[in-house]
Amino acid sequence: MATFKDFRNNVKPNWCPGCGDFSVQAAIQRAAANVGLEPDNLAVISGIGCSGRISGYINSYGLHGIHGRSLPIAQGVKMANRDLTVIASGGDGDGFAIGMGHTIHAIRRNVNITYIVMDNQIYGLTKGQTSPRSAAGFKTKSTPEGSVEQAIAPMEMALTAGATFVAQSFSTDLKDLTALIEEGIKHDGFSLINVFSPCVTYNKVNTYDWFKENLTKLSDIEGYDSSNRAMAMQTLMKHNGLVTGLIYQDTERKSYQELLKGYSETPLTQADLKLDQTYFDKLVEEFM
Amino acid sequence: MINQLSWKVGGQQGEGIESTGEIFSIALNRLGYYLYGYRHFSSRIKGGHTNNKIRVSTTQVRSISDDLDILVAFDQETIDLNYKELHDKGVIIADAKFSPIKSEDTEAKMYAVPFTDLATELGTSLMKNMVAVGATCAVLNLDISVFEEVVQEIFGKKGQQVVDKNMEAVKAGFDFMKENLGDTAELMELEKADGKQRLFMIGNDAIALGALAGGCRFMAAYPITPASEIMEYLIAKLPPLGGAVIQTEDEIAAVTMAIGANYGGVRALTASAGPGLSLKMEAIGLSGITETPLVIVDTQRGGPSTGMPTKQEQSDLMAMIYGTHGEIPKIVLAPSTVQEAFYDTAEAFNLAEEYQCPVIVLSDLQLSLGKQTVEPLEFDQIEIRRGKLLTGELPEVENKGYFKRYEVTEDGISPRVIPGMKNGIHHVTGVEHDETGKPSESAANRKAQMDKRFRKIENIKFNTPVYKNAPHEESDILIVGFNSTRGAIEEAVGRLEKDGLKVNHAQVRLIHPFPTEELLPLVKSAKKIVVVENNATGQLANIMKMNVGHAEKIQKLLKYDGNPFLPQEIYTNCKELF
Repeated sequence: MATFKDFRNNVKPNWCPGCGDFSVQAAIQRAAANVGLEPDNLAVISGIGCSGRISGYINSYGLHGIHGRSLPIAQGVKMANRDLTVIASGGDGDGFAIGMGHTIHAIRRNVNITYIVMDNQIYGLTKGQTSPRSAAGFKTKSTPEGSVEQAIAPMEMALTAGATFVAQSFSTDLKDLTALIEEGIKHDGFSLINVFSPCVTYNKVNTYDWFKENLTKLSDIEGYDSSNRAMAMQTLMKHNGLVTGLIYQDTERKSYQELLKGYSETPLTQADLKLDQTYFDKLVEEFM
Repeated sequence: MINQLSWKVGGQQGEGIESTGEIFSIALNRLGYYLYGYRHFSSRIKGGHTNNKIRVSTTQVRSISDDLDILVAFDQETIDLNYKELHDKGVIIADAKFSPIKSEDTEAKMYAVPFTDLATELGTSLMKNMVAVGATCAVLNLDISVFEEVVQEIFGKKGQQVVDKNMEAVKAGFDFMKENLGDTAELMELEKADGKQRLFMIGNDAIALGALAGGCRFMAAYPITPASEIMEYLIAKLPPLGGAVIQTEDEIAAVTMAIGANYGGVRALTASAGPGLSLKMEAIGLSGITETPLVIVDTQRGGPSTGMPTKQEQSDLMAMIYGTHGEIPKIVLAPSTVQEAFYDTAEAFNLAEEYQCPVIVLSDLQLSLGKQTVEPLEFDQIEIRRGKLLTGELPEVENKGYFKRYEVTEDGISPRVIPGMKNGIHHVTGVEHDETGKPSESAANRKAQMDKRFRKIENIKFNTPVYKNAPHEESDILIVGFNSTRGAIEEAVGRLEKDGLKVNHAQVRLIHPFPTEELLPLVKSAKKIVVVENNATGQLANIMKMNVGHAEKIQKLLKYDGNPFLPQEIYTNCKELF
């Protein structure tokens, strides 16, 4: 059986020392091993940006696509081969700016994949511009007077879009994060995990210390029930979204693949590409 | 006796004009006639003039006719907008209900037939289109029993009474017209057809069927005119094969999902029209640099922007060849008939896997939506070839070395594995990469990978890159076109030959890489070359000049008013050259 070391490759990440993404990478590798995957049964599909490089740093199949499109690519991979475990990942710009349309629709479509967002509230690779996750008033190169736009609340948004698995974590909480990714992989449907992953170079506000001060663990909230959508929404609003843990899970709703009529129970990659002559003749007759 | 005629039915959109044409043509197709139907419609659901012009012939036709024999009108607007197409001996059959008026500047005869009243007497005015079909039969001296089977199929679900009533409506129209016809009957009597059973389908049907036969098991698409029929067909036909269609949130999701599925190891398709293709361009580049097979259909329509969504145009040519930033190997096919649309789409999936690059199947509105009689499709012509896709066991890799997915090879094509295969792990990225897929900015590697990618398409093998009807060693004129212009060109060629001109015809089916060697002899041996295309700038002509040269001989015949070419327009243009 594979261990987390088997999911390491010999590529050295080009992230800045201290970047939160290192822990996310480690958590994915641990979670993959913990749920019993082999490296060749995992496909990591990533977007563009610092965090998008993650698919190249994990010893598994991986595709580093175009900006904002990791989710449709990942859903396509999963539709092709339902036996593969598919993880999509990228940054907050990738998922909540250019790719927001896909995020909402992946949530409501509920294809059985896991989406891990490395949320640093800033654009790193383009050297420090505002992100849709930057708080109002946040000063960056592109918002020298402070952002006048409202930050997106991704967890609340996911709940209203009909998410069946919504979780949030902090990159330094390696144990909790690993456990959440394991749960996400096991969840039969689309799982969204937003991870606060500080940018040590460009974000001097939302730092490791800032998160430590401001985050509340859901496990510390007495009576919190992750199957209660209304409670999830209320808690998020009360804490301004700054909570970690499993926020909401719906174990009743079936995944897209389960609901789709006719969709093969075996991977489509194994489908016979040649049509049967009789079947073809039947199709042709319809045009006579 | 005549061996071909042109029939047009018109009225308000949403009034059943389409079904009138459909019933008429299905029945005639079954009698063995060759049909060609082209709809004039607008971007709205109810209201607005619509018409369906159907050509009936005892030989293959693939073009709208220059004139019109019979016009069936459900409203005055239909007469006003279309009577000029009628020749002197043409016939208008109009619903008496709106008290039709015929302009004085036509010699065509008009018959007012109480379509609505006869239908209402039989139970419902909805059957007025059946009355019109019956009236048409009287003019053509067709036995109305040919409609029995079709009516049974269409209305059978609603019960025998509805079937009977509809047949009564056909008979009522037939009888009324017979009594009032006078001496017109002789003029319009159709020669008997051969009775052979052929297919009757639109290009989009053939594209979708070709995809199925070519092994496509997944499609991701976003609705758009005139491509949606491809998706709708596959939504019905893929699930019984275990496959699936996802209607995505947008065009970008459609193409990237198709890329994901192809990377995952399934033959996957996306289809759209110009606006969708514009949105897909960045992803097409991803397919190019990651060497992920991808088949994309572009059904061209009037552009740019929203342009003329329901009108014919061929103006995406340059965008399909050069679209996406940067440079990638790409294959662009352009079938010119419904048959070719079937075979080429199936073959596109082979080419995509063999050359590991995006393959665009270019169509146009006239080909995609024009309904034509098709000779039986030969299933045994369809092959499945997957190129250098590895399926067996792979050798062990040591020290977490990656599989060389982008190995630099002589033909530029590298072995390919799909996710899930043991010992096949490699990285795939839109960033320039080395042989194992890992990002690399080294100058030597960049050159090696670029050269490798372009080597792949240096020697594309495609069955018929150019359709040629070239009987002359030396020609007065070479006419060149692509996609649906073929039918109109063929008819023009026939007329020019009758006038004693030596005319060769070439229809380019492999648009990119351009089949220079195939075309060059025809170009050299022609006195003049006319390139016929539905766009304003002469894109194919320009591509020919660039690849084949002989610019001084090449003339452009362009039409970009939204309507397909008529044979007469091509004939006249060529005649004027001499």
